[in-house]
Amino acid sequence: MTEPIENYIEVSGYKCRVWSKGKGNRIGFLPGFGGLPKWIPFLDVLAEDYEVVVPSIPGFPGGLGHNNYDNHLEWLLAIHDLLQESKLLDSTTIVGSGPGASLCADIAALWPSLIKKLCLISPWGIYADNEPMADPWAQRAHEVSELMCDNPELWDNLKSEPNGKKSVEWPIEQSRALEASARIFWPLGNTGLEKRLCRVCCPVLLLRGVNDKVIPKSYMKTFSNNISGETTTKEINKAGHLAELDQPEIVAKEIISFISL
Amino acid sequence: MKHCWFHLMPYTELPDDFRDKHESVWVDIDSKLFDPERAHHMYNDHLDEMEFAADVGFDAVCVNEHHSNGYGLMPSPNLMLASLARRANPNTALCVLGNSIALYNPPTRVAEEMAMLDCISGGRLIAGFPVGSPMDTCYAYGQNPSQLRERYAEAHDFIKQAWTNPETFSFNGRFNQQRYVNIWPRPVQKPHPPIWVPGGGSVETWRWCAEMEYVYCYLSYYGFQAAKATMKGFWDEMDRLGKDRNPYRAGFLQFVGVAESEAQAKEIYAEPAEYFYDRCLRVSARFANPPGYVTEATQRAGVESQIAAAANNSENEVSNTSALPGIQKAQSINEIRKDGFTKNAREFDAIVDNGYVIIGSPDQVAEQLREIIHELRFGQLMLLLQFGNMTKEVANNNTKLYAEKVKPLLSDVWSEWENHWWPKPMSLAERANINDTNNILAAE
Repeated sequence: MTEPIENYIEVSGYKCRVWSKGKGNRIGFLPGFGGLPKWIPFLDVLAEDYEVVVPSIPGFPGGLGHNNYDNHLEWLLAIHDLLQESKLLDSTTIVGSGPGASLCADIAALWPSLIKKLCLISPWGIYADNEPMADPWAQRAHEVSELMCDNPELWDNLKSEPNGKKSVEWPIEQSRALEASARIFWPLGNTGLEKRLCRVCCPVLLLRGVNDKVIPKSYMKTFSNNISGETTTKEINKAGHLAELDQPEIVAKEIISFISL
Repeated sequence: MKHCWFHLMPYTELPDDFRDKHESVWVDIDSKLFDPERAHHMYNDHLDEMEFAADVGFDAVCVNEHHSNGYGLMPSPNLMLASLARRANPNTALCVLGNSIALYNPPTRVAEEMAMLDCISGGRLIAGFPVGSPMDTCYAYGQNPSQLRERYAEAHDFIKQAWTNPETFSFNGRFNQQRYVNIWPRPVQKPHPPIWVPGGGSVETWRWCAEMEYVYCYLSYYGFQAAKATMKGFWDEMDRLGKDRNPYRAGFLQFVGVAESEAQAKEIYAEPAEYFYDRCLRVSARFANPPGYVTEATQRAGVESQIAAAANNSENEVSNTSALPGIQKAQSINEIRKDGFTKNAREFDAIVDNGYVIIGSPDQVAEQLREIIHELRFGQLMLLLQFGNMTKEVANNNTKLYAEKVKPLLSDVWSEWENHWWPKPMSLAERANINDTNNILAAE
């Protein structure tokens, strides 16, 4: 696994990291809960065929400025600018996971002509009283790993500081990522996206780990039923909420197959 | 020295096996444990205890705000204080410590209710502005932890302006917008009631209290030893800011159990102390640290809140979703090792050894209090003389012994300093005769 190219852009005056790797058509990725403190194998698989561009959501690892946004409109404008500055709003395919997927769907709803195709991995943004989304901000340590991944070690590895270091800033950066997701999605994960999904008219691939403990299976049906564009729903075996961590090859290949259609 | 009688108003009948069968006393505590008819008695006992404390000469009675829990039954402390404003000794100050002001949108409600209390009581209100515990604010009330402190700061500005601006004004905040702000009633005390701020050990809070001339209150459940570093930090910061060392700038909370002898005190106070530390502080780590509740500056400084300390030291491990993965816990453990005590004592001997609860004869209690008052340097002493499942009879006896035999022994403390942070009420002669049963209108 080689290192990605690292650049920084400014969103609302705050620096956000943009990783990129590979050659070919561009594909964007907005990360899931906790963000990406490290490059992950899933992105390497995509980078074999595409130029993968991974901007950091403000407040997620590599991105700053989350405290600047007080409401969902401000967040969506920031994400729009983030994608635009990352050159991802020129008819590219955008992939998002969890909170990142919800934000991608909102961008496609607000600016339908700017997104060619969407892939949403266990997207947040809706809520059902009879099947509540799990509360990711009220968990014990071992529960978070188990909540996020079918193989909890993958989450633990993603969140551990490289080379056994124990810096002060590393855990603060991880904590900031959780705060940023809370700032957007507290307390229920519901941003009212369900009402806006009808404005999403591009083709959408919906992916969910079979063992996802955060997003109930029925939510995928809600997305599928409400999106105006053509939708395809696939379940990923032996995968939890962050399916791209549990099954990088399979998730990446589903996405590549979807883009190639 | 000011002696303030502080009540948490706990639910006093949590079952003996509460810790074994229930994960948390807060947020998702089993509602089947709550018996409204028993609570009727508890509320009235608790209010009786506070009125009694005022009658026997405490300088203030204090209430506070908590939600969805068996630890403290005051979702609205202002209701409790309204009752006390009418019935308690008119010489006693009334301290609401306080309203979690970030929870109110618009904060007009807090400005109005506190002004009402100041009017009803004839200017005896002390206004407390806590951020509020994470369980209360973020989980029970659903406030966004990432915005909590921003909303708190804005609500503070709103309330101060509502109290002091004589004109009708517009408030154009980030979170609160109101075209017309013009509260009726307005507080008796000018420019406004004294403001006390309960806080943990954040440098930002110390600086803010100094800048605004507010009392900083460290409400510790872990006694003198655990508070040393925090209070030293506070006074060091006051020195750096060029503030005087007036001890009335600081408040501190202490559990106390007085009896005729130490042996008798052990016999009387063991059960209620263990009840408090075992059941009332049974807080799930899931609810102790929502992300963003602890500022990044405080995370860097490695400071823990009282609640986080309680939750962290329960058998629940700290969540990775908490604001303090790794650092704070490690540092607090280092502090514990350094200071030679453990924070997780739930058995009475350890509770006393660690100084969570000061017990003994009046002389012994006074001696210990004198030591911590000077060591920590504070002038506003908040006393928990009812705690856990203590009965009204025991609480009143504790209160009476303290008022009659401990308080006088400390009457000389800080007599050389002026307390600028105490209410300035109307004189008794100017006030309404609230017990007047004649047909004369109080307002006449």
